[in-house]
Amino acid sequence: MIDLLIHIIIPLAIFSFIALFTLFAVYAERKIAGFVQDRLGPMETGKYGLLQTIADILKLLQKEFITPGAADKVLFALAPVIIFSAVFIGFSVMPWAPGFIPADTTTGLFFIMAVVSIDAIGILMAGWGSNNKYSLLGAIRAIAQMVSYEIPVGLSLIAAVMITQTLNLNDIAFNQGILATEQIYFFGLWNVTKVGGFFAWNILQAPHLIVVYLIFFIASLAECNRAPFDIPEAESELIGGFHTEYGGIRFAFVFLAEYAMMFLVAMLGVVIFLGGWNTPLPNIGALKLAEWTTGLYWGIFWTLTKSLFIVGVQMWIRWTLPRFRADQLMNLCWKVMIPIAFLCMAISGIWRILVMV
Amino acid sequence: MIKTTIQGFTTAVKGLLLTVRHLFRARKARTSLDIRDTHYFDKQQGVTTVQFPKQSMPIPEVARYQLDVEIEDCIVCDLCAKACPVDCIAIEAVKSPEAIGKTSDGSVKRLYAAQFDIDMAKCMYCGLCTVVCPTECITMTDQYDRSSTKLTDLIYGFAEMSDQEIAQRKEEWTKFQADKEAAKKK
Repeated sequence: MIDLLIHIIIPLAIFSFIALFTLFAVYAERKIAGFVQDRLGPMETGKYGLLQTIADILKLLQKEFITPGAADKVLFALAPVIIFSAVFIGFSVMPWAPGFIPADTTTGLFFIMAVVSIDAIGILMAGWGSNNKYSLLGAIRAIAQMVSYEIPVGLSLIAAVMITQTLNLNDIAFNQGILATEQIYFFGLWNVTKVGGFFAWNILQAPHLIVVYLIFFIASLAECNRAPFDIPEAESELIGGFHTEYGGIRFAFVFLAEYAMMFLVAMLGVVIFLGGWNTPLPNIGALKLAEWTTGLYWGIFWTLTKSLFIVGVQMWIRWTLPRFRADQLMNLCWKVMIPIAFLCMAISGIWRILVMV
Repeated sequence: MIKTTIQGFTTAVKGLLLTVRHLFRARKARTSLDIRDTHYFDKQQGVTTVQFPKQSMPIPEVARYQLDVEIEDCIVCDLCAKACPVDCIAIEAVKSPEAIGKTSDGSVKRLYAAQFDIDMAKCMYCGLCTVVCPTECITMTDQYDRSSTKLTDLIYGFAEMSDQEIAQRKEEWTKFQADKEAAKKK
């Protein structure tokens, strides 16, 4: 009975977190966009426009379900559910704090890569089901992009996993701080198992992992269809891309999935490369900063702070860089990122054999 | 390929630094709103938004905004209505047997303005009517915020005559014409 309750409460908690995060992130996005362009952003609804996104979601909830006459009714109705649940399930294996993880699976990372790929099918269903040329074009672009960028994401993750030697996200997070069960070396030279802090993060365990994280970050931007890789949505050319025909709560779910995906990839990057829930503060002699700032609540705090920072960087990039052309997008993926990712993977193997053992 | 990749990354970093600088400068708003200030263009940093209904930019007294007619000075010559490219001015004149009076610049008024309507929804703010006006009674003002929920609210009537008065003046004129005709026949 208790087990059943927990199985109900955890998804609800994750869902409410995603909803709250989306409300906050949309507001933050609009404010950042405003400030970057010397504007103010939303200002009218509530103090400093704080209630703007709540007003927006209320408006979306009240709207009628509209299915275009020529649409494939089943695919059209099913697509937002699939798009959202693909991302939603991904959250089930993300660790929030030491031992605080919805599902502690040995193949967590692999599971995430698998379920997040389902997102592509949902987008194709939305585009095809809408029976609209813009939606279909958007969906085709989205599939081409997501399938291509899955490869650098996968390769960069493999490069990191070769160092960590585990696919369990909980273990990966544990081995990047003072609670590690293995010896951690800063750049393979200095044993930082007792020091912790940012020295122990995966990204600094081997120098090439910095490049790997960069590849992961860029490819993950493309995975969640964010600018500068937003050609599937491309407001100025394709209206809204695959979600052109959606309105009301269905659109809200597509939107929710987009922001949840942003947070998910940011958090995945944080867990695998940036120490997960581990504190960035190291132990310095008698100042046991790392030990003082490790724990359940600290863990949640660090995970949130780091992930939100990465989400902030994603937004910053969105409002800076113009959109890629489709051929530039493919060039960047196949000619630049995949070769570098392969090289890094090879370096990871050599590093593991020659330096770590 | 390597060269373009490196160039791409460096330009991206440059752009990112530029935007983050703007992001942090947005803490302050631009203080100088009046374009006539001597240092207006020196202050390029900070939020440029003017929160319109609460805040407004200073503008010259006679700027190119809504039209105003000083009907006392109008000689109902219809030149403004003829000059208007969008035909937003509707004038109806009633002739008078004798001179009605003089405008402030000394022109003699011989016509009553029964109707002088300007449809501000049609107006394109070109200012041609103000140029042709011989008595300079039609001018552009500094009023621009006259939004309304009804389109007909934007038709401004400047004529001050009541229906009764118009009827009376018309009658006077027909009587005068009739008298003239009668005088001719004799």
